[in-house]
Amino acid sequence: MSRRNTGLAIEAEGLTRSFGATRALAGVDLQVPAGTVYGLLGPNGAGKTTTVRVLATLLRPDGGRARVFGHDVVTEADAARARVSLTGQYASIDEDLTGLENLVLLGRLLGYRKPASRERAQHLLTAFGLTEAADRQVKRYSGGMRRRIDIAASILNTPDLLFLDEPTTGLDPRSRSQVWEIVRAVVAHGTTVLLTTQYLEEADQLAGRIAVVDHGKVIAEGTPGELKSSVGSGTVHLRLRDPGQRPEAERLLRTALAGSVQLEPDPVALTARVGGHGSDLDASKQAARALRDLARAGIVVDNFALGQPSLDEVFLALTDHPAVPTEAERDEQLEAAR
Amino acid sequence: MSNETTTTGPAPTIYVPSMAALSTVLAHGARPRRPSPLSASLTFGWRALLKVKHVPEQLVDVTAFPIIMVLMFTYLFGGALADSPRDYLQFFLPGIMVTSVVMITMYTGVGLNTDIEKGVFDRFRTLPLWRPAALVGMIFGDVLRYVLAAVVILGVGLALGFRPGGGLLGVLGGIGLLVVFSFAFSWVWTFFGLVLRSEKSVMGVSMMVLFPLTFLSNVFVDPATMPGWLQAFVKVNPITQLVASVRAVMSGTSDASSTMWALVWSAGLTVVFGILTMYRYNRR
Ligand SMILES: Nc1ncnc2c1ncn2[C@@H]1O[C@H](COP(=O)(O)OP(=O)(O)OP(=O)(O)O)[C@@H](O)[C@H]1O
Ligand SMILES: [Mg+2]
Repeated sequence: MSRRNTGLAIEAEGLTRSFGATRALAGVDLQVPAGTVYGLLGPNGAGKTTTVRVLATLLRPDGGRARVFGHDVVTEADAARARVSLTGQYASIDEDLTGLENLVLLGRLLGYRKPASRERAQHLLTAFGLTEAADRQVKRYSGGMRRRIDIAASILNTPDLLFLDEPTTGLDPRSRSQVWEIVRAVVAHGTTVLLTTQYLEEADQLAGRIAVVDHGKVIAEGTPGELKSSVGSGTVHLRLRDPGQRPEAERLLRTALAGSVQLEPDPVALTARVGGHGSDLDASKQAARALRDLARAGIVVDNFALGQPSLDEVFLALTDHPAVPTEAERDEQLEAAR
Repeated sequence: MSNETTTTGPAPTIYVPSMAALSTVLAHGARPRRPSPLSASLTFGWRALLKVKHVPEQLVDVTAFPIIMVLMFTYLFGGALADSPRDYLQFFLPGIMVTSVVMITMYTGVGLNTDIEKGVFDRFRTLPLWRPAALVGMIFGDVLRYVLAAVVILGVGLALGFRPGGGLLGVLGGIGLLVVFSFAFSWVWTFFGLVLRSEKSVMGVSMMVLFPLTFLSNVFVDPATMPGWLQAFVKVNPITQLVASVRAVMSGTSDASSTMWALVWSAGLTVVFGILTMYRYNRR
């Protein structure tokens, strides 16, 4: 009973857009298969929002072309609009109105008659757990509720393509997983979702494919697995008891993990990458082997953590520059600006 | 401030998204046909009314401000420019009504600018609707505020001794002309609301346009007393034409030439600034 889409939901070629001297998009190419969640992953200022705004017909590109289900977003904007829906990075809901009023208003604008749009609004509020807040102004909602009402508004008409611009930034873990569940339900129903995020974990959880965006360009594209294996599938963080043993620990880790090992500013801390290319062991096995080697050498490990590569690590691997300037770099920049 | 009190009842139950519930709302049958331009505009007008309901403070602009204007000018100039405030009021009331309402039109631009800053318009602009609907609807909402302001001023005027010769029909006709012109003039502000960066700059530009337009007119004094160069400006000022026609209609006579000019200005402003506004609105 769900509407299955076939082919491509989005095709973009060489999209460019500048704001004054800022080149927000420097030639973005995208191909988003219909019926999937596609993740746009990138740091602040990468051009994620600008890309979404162009694709959602809100902003004209300076150059390049984009089509949504075959409709050009500039010349056939109205046809494209009939298929898409947007939940912006910043609330795209009227905060002065109540949740119910917002949904009824949108229902009316989509062409439902008053009773039908009230009924539909009530159903959505129930499914999104907002019945009790129906008559409260949205400005009195919590962050998680706000996101939910915003997404509810976006699926009022069950769009074929839903844009979610950083839907979980600033949410606590529970609200985040609620949003994830909602996204899963939406895509299970047949809607294509283009999701932007700064978190690799989120893209990993939800997206079938990911495009990594930086400085207005797609610098890598693939499934989460492909991206991660290009970086190494995880990182171990270690804290030793004795700072004097750190050089020895570093040497052992390098041999055990065949990867790069970084000495942290903290004299007892080390970070190492695990599960890089060509390794047939999974990350946890490699880490376990490294721990065993350390124990044999009599090095006492106080604290050990195995984590996924962070966006920063993906960035380092892909671009040789970190996603966000580190504290030290920021200080340097400030110093230089003075 | 808030009219709802925060109650600390039982802890709210934690929302657990249910696949079944979500897929029911996602599968809801055929999409309705898009609304007509008029129906979409009226829906946006309804939104404006809802905002008044939730933020009634907005109405201060359209009630307190005009009352202060009427009282202030009637007693400030009344004795000097006419034999008594009451005599002055017969001449002055239609003019101050026009001034106050035209001044209020600038809130259209300010309101649009804030709406856009907040991102609400992003959603509206991704809907497959007749494009001007959001703006037309917004101005429909504002028109109600204009009517309210005009009625408030009329009430104060009547209490102070304003006795329009045109009776009820004349007064209604005058308010009608004023509302038509203000609707048209609002498009100037939607344009500036879209072009300018902040609410503050919209305010600034509005003041720069509105002060000369309303004061360098026939609202306060008879232009015959002004130097020639000023008379030339006052004559082409649309506010002068509007005030002359509203005054005539309210006093039970008619001023065909002024009325025609007021209507021509209204049509011209709507067309020119309507087009400019829509151009900007589509281009952002
Ligand atoms: N309206 C605008 N005017 C001027 N510059 C803009 C505008 N919109 C975006 N930019 C600039 O374009 C670049 C890309 O911005 P964009 O908002 O697309 O990034 P983003 O990836 O969404 O970042 P974030 O994670 O912070 O939301 C930034 O340098 C930003 O400052
Ligand atoms: Mg963004």
